Amino acid sequence: MAILYAFLIIAGIGALLGLGLAIADKKLAIEKDEKLIALEQIMPGANCGGCGFAGCADYAAAVASQKAEPGLCAPGGKDLAEKMGKIMGIEVTVGEKKVAYIFCKGSCEKTKKDYDYRGLTDCNAASLLFRGDNGCKSGCLHLGSCMAVCDSNAIYKKEDGTLAVDRTKCIGCGKCTKVCPNGVIKLIEDRTQFVVACNSHDKGADVRKVCEVGCIGCKICQVKFPEAGFKVEDNLAVSSPVAPEDQAVQAMEACPRKVITRR
Amino acid sequence: MRIIAILLTYVFINNFILVKFLGLCPFIGVSKNSESAVGMGLAVTFVTGTASVVCWCIYHGLLEPFGLQYLQTIAFILVIAALVQLVEMVLKKMSPSLYKALGIFLPLITTNCAVLGIAIINIDESYNLIESFAAGIAAGIGFTMAIILMSNIREQLELKPVRKSFKGVPIAFISAGIMALAFMAFDNSLLTNLHLA
Repeated sequence: MAILYAFLIIAGIGALLGLGLAIADKKLAIEKDEKLIALEQIMPGANCGGCGFAGCADYAAAVASQKAEPGLCAPGGKDLAEKMGKIMGIEVTVGEKKVAYIFCKGSCEKTKKDYDYRGLTDCNAASLLFRGDNGCKSGCLHLGSCMAVCDSNAIYKKEDGTLAVDRTKCIGCGKCTKVCPNGVIKLIEDRTQFVVACNSHDKGADVRKVCEVGCIGCKICQVKFPEAGFKVEDNLAVSSPVAPEDQAVQAMEACPRKVITRR
Repeated sequence: MRIIAILLTYVFINNFILVKFLGLCPFIGVSKNSESAVGMGLAVTFVTGTASVVCWCIYHGLLEPFGLQYLQTIAFILVIAALVQLVEMVLKKMSPSLYKALGIFLPLITTNCAVLGIAIINIDESYNLIESFAAGIAAGIGFTMAIILMSNIREQLELKPVRKSFKGVPIAFISAGIMALAFMAFDNSLLTNLHLA
């Protein structure tokens, strides 16, 4: 009998308190801003932090309270920015969609090694030791720190050991650009067709010593094909996103180091 | 008279943090700045006050008549947990910034031994309802006082050249120890001198 009372009393107290809390929850419910709810629903939910806020919910709150512009969300892109603008009732101008690109074609065969690195498979760890095992100190170390931070699995290893970005999967959050010790990965406009896949600002002779596929700053692309839009700055050619195709293809073929690449 | 004696006892003589060493988790966790310390103190005071009354009623109204005193711990915890949930809801509604500042330590009041401690002490000392309420409020005030003093000390400590190995929580614990030593000055002679005991 006593055990029954014990059960009933504890269950009764529990039920009463539960009921009380349920009523309090209804009474004290917080009215969320309608705009905020709508914004949170259309967010991609990647929580990549590319917008500069702690996560999708944080960014939505910032936009709803007009502390941030719509259109900072790289994964959502243009569509999302327009939707957000509609909810907030403001015009939005959206930048070009950007994706990451690894500016290095060097592989084990094509780039000289200074030493044999055996240690943590982490680029930043390798970089502590004479700035990595590569002869070229601006190149990709191929240890895949960028793969590890990529939430959308957009970076993969090719057969020759070099890394590449899958432009369909990349959401442009820019995490990989921050983790790379050599800054080989940069965000480029997605419509860019031709890129100079090298990151070395070293002098031509020095690049030639350590890498078969590095830009030597010879300016052939810039001088011979002025309309292709290549520009050599500080011993490194940079492509333009709007290069006319035929000109760029000719420049690509003319490049002595075959460093100009079609994406 | 007895009420005043109880208030003095739990604020000074048996201060929950500095003498009885109950509820140290929020004491260290939330004492980094005085604003959230005040909020935490008020939340704990509310919970100890109401929990004392409700627990007293449950013990003397339900458990004792049926001879179920052995269920006091689980029943009290039930009440405390529900009260803390209520405080959480109210805070979320009234002051979201304070809610954010208190963070994990707010739901942790549930398992704060100071709250369960005062409920059980009320029963052990066989206080009546009014006295229990007074003891609960006094315990809360004592907690609030200790955490506010601590937060002010820690705000000062932030600017002082403290050795790296002592920075943060270690120096806070050392300060708490020294505060506890100071509180040893309060003993029952305080009550006798005031002709309260």
